[in-house]
Amino acid sequence: MGEKSQQSAVSSQQSNVGAYGNTPDKKPKATRDEYGDTLLELGKKRQDIVVLDADLSCSTKTNKFATAFPERFFNMGIAEQDMIGTAAGLSLTGKVPFASTFAVFETGRAWDQIRLTVCYSNTNVKLVATHGGITVGEDGASHQALEDVALMRALPNMTVIVPADAAETASVINTIADYKGPVYVRLGRAKVPYIMPDDYKFRIGKAFVFHIGRDVNIVASGIMVAIAKKAAEMLSKDGLDTGVINMSTIKPLDGEALLKVAKSSKLIVTAEEHSVIGGLGGAVCEFLSENHPVPVKRVGIHDSFGCSGNPDELIKFHGLTAEDIVKTVKNAINHS
Amino acid sequence: MNAATKGKITDVKELENIAKKIRLHILHMLTRAGSGHTGGSLSAVDAAVAIYFSKMNFNPEDPSWKDRDRFILSKGHAAPLLYAIMAEAGYFPFETIGTLRKIESPLQGHPCCKSLPGVEVSTGSLGQGLSVANGMALGLRLDNNPAKVYCIMGDGEIQEGQIWEAAMTAAHYKIDNLCAVVDNNGLQIDGPVQKIMGIAPIHDKWAAFGWHVIDIDGHNMEEILRALDEAEGVKGKPTVLIANTTKGKGVSFFEGKVEYHGVAPSAEEYERAVKEINNG
Ligand SMILES: Cc1ncc(C[n+]2csc(CCOP(=O)(O)OP(=O)(O)O)c2C)c(N)n1
Ligand SMILES: [Mg+2]
Repeated sequence: MGEKSQQSAVSSQQSNVGAYGNTPDKKPKATRDEYGDTLLELGKKRQDIVVLDADLSCSTKTNKFATAFPERFFNMGIAEQDMIGTAAGLSLTGKVPFASTFAVFETGRAWDQIRLTVCYSNTNVKLVATHGGITVGEDGASHQALEDVALMRALPNMTVIVPADAAETASVINTIADYKGPVYVRLGRAKVPYIMPDDYKFRIGKAFVFHIGRDVNIVASGIMVAIAKKAAEMLSKDGLDTGVINMSTIKPLDGEALLKVAKSSKLIVTAEEHSVIGGLGGAVCEFLSENHPVPVKRVGIHDSFGCSGNPDELIKFHGLTAEDIVKTVKNAINHS
Repeated sequence: MNAATKGKITDVKELENIAKKIRLHILHMLTRAGSGHTGGSLSAVDAAVAIYFSKMNFNPEDPSWKDRDRFILSKGHAAPLLYAIMAEAGYFPFETIGTLRKIESPLQGHPCCKSLPGVEVSTGSLGQGLSVANGMALGLRLDNNPAKVYCIMGDGEIQEGQIWEAAMTAAHYKIDNLCAVVDNNGLQIDGPVQKIMGIAPIHDKWAAFGWHVIDIDGHNMEEILRALDEAEGVKGKPTVLIANTTKGKGVSFFEGKVEYHGVAPSAEEYERAVKEINNG
């Protein structure tokens, strides 16, 4: 795995994500790194936390927990289906298992296991996957999960969360440890800037509204929140009052927040590092078409696989830059 | 102590009589439901009865009692077997068995832990139960809880790759508070297991995966009891019983018939079957 390349990832000075931090004094940090740190702290506080991994603990960062609490860490080998079943079994004896691997393998390889023994059985299993989206980088399409949110969102009882930065990730991990029921959390490999306000606290099902735009509102998740903020700034300079919403819980969707911004502007744009089919864009369209039909444009991966490259290049290649969002907005407005 | 209300039964004759009753319940349920899995429910009766009534600590009044032993029916299509045992054990009123597979019944076509307290985990998609059993066994061990975990699989089911992932896990983590059973009835849906996708040599495979393997006649109550005792004494590795069985056991015209895998008895077949079992 090209671990070195993460230096030049979305954190670089020129990059779209890196250029738009809220808290410039805090160095960008990968959400997976925060996961490793938060999990370690949780492990110190709570005996009931157990962690499973499928031979990727160095990449998912569960290795920190593993080193500190070897008796509560289970490396399952390269066997994701067995990992999910074992996690379900552990939860049925009162443990709170966090099961981690790459998002592709977690949600794809073990989908039926998640469906039966986690969702249908409604077990208290926390699926925290890293390496979501194209910013996985050089490893290419086989390792870039672009369908994971869709796969998890379709499952009854599942909560789906995509944090936008490291601080939100810490808040998410602590929150879901106290929540009873299946949760899927999608984290990234690349470093991302801090964009959430210092006093922000994540709540399941509650979006964070940075600003409500009178002309357009961008509903984003994950690394696209920072990019959406940059796009909003560019659009505002061009006279379009643009709002940004961090929809970090994709299921259950915050319909209240969505209605509010949909009613205040003529256009909604969704932005996600995921297929536009079945993810955030899909969820927003489903909700708005039934509750308050307004034009929606979806920025995301348009029915294709990813490819190799560095994360910044891939963001450009797949049309996920702030400029791409700006273009999408302007096209939509000019054609309306 | 919050133990089994029935107390444990070790008398072979008594267990055989319970097995007979369970077979009758299964046939009754399936006939009323008009659909369901006859062959695989009947083949696993004797092992399941021995496990539930001679070995397990459980309390139907308190299905989630934390010190209970756990039973996982990995081959979830044999749900009528699990329900018949649970009815006999007193988990729910006996009349409920007539609702199998009916709308809003707790007795779903395949076991659902959210519909029926006492079902440990939902099953029905084959190949998953052993992983869950491992997780439970590991969780109990972390808590120094001496409770045990039992898991019944089908012989066709062990074609699933996940079974062998779990087999590795159980040996790797030296899970010895688990006893698995393979209901080795030789048949799956499309035909004989050896013809569809050979699993032989089954004993050697489990042994090579690090398990203590005991071959038994899965319809001989004495042999089953002896094997379950032996399993309890095995330390540092998991135990699997290869229960050599006959699919459809107890009803001559279902026995060894691949066609009765997923077909319920007709009313006429039911009458004949009941007579056979009562006279047998
Ligand atoms: C993953 C999965 N694939 C297919 C099926 C459909 N199915 C139900 S029973 C069965 C055959 C099972 O054979 P075996 O394990 O030998 O069970 P038994 O003979 O004891 O009935 C199949 C293929 C299933 N339930 N789950
Ligand atoms: Mg079979």
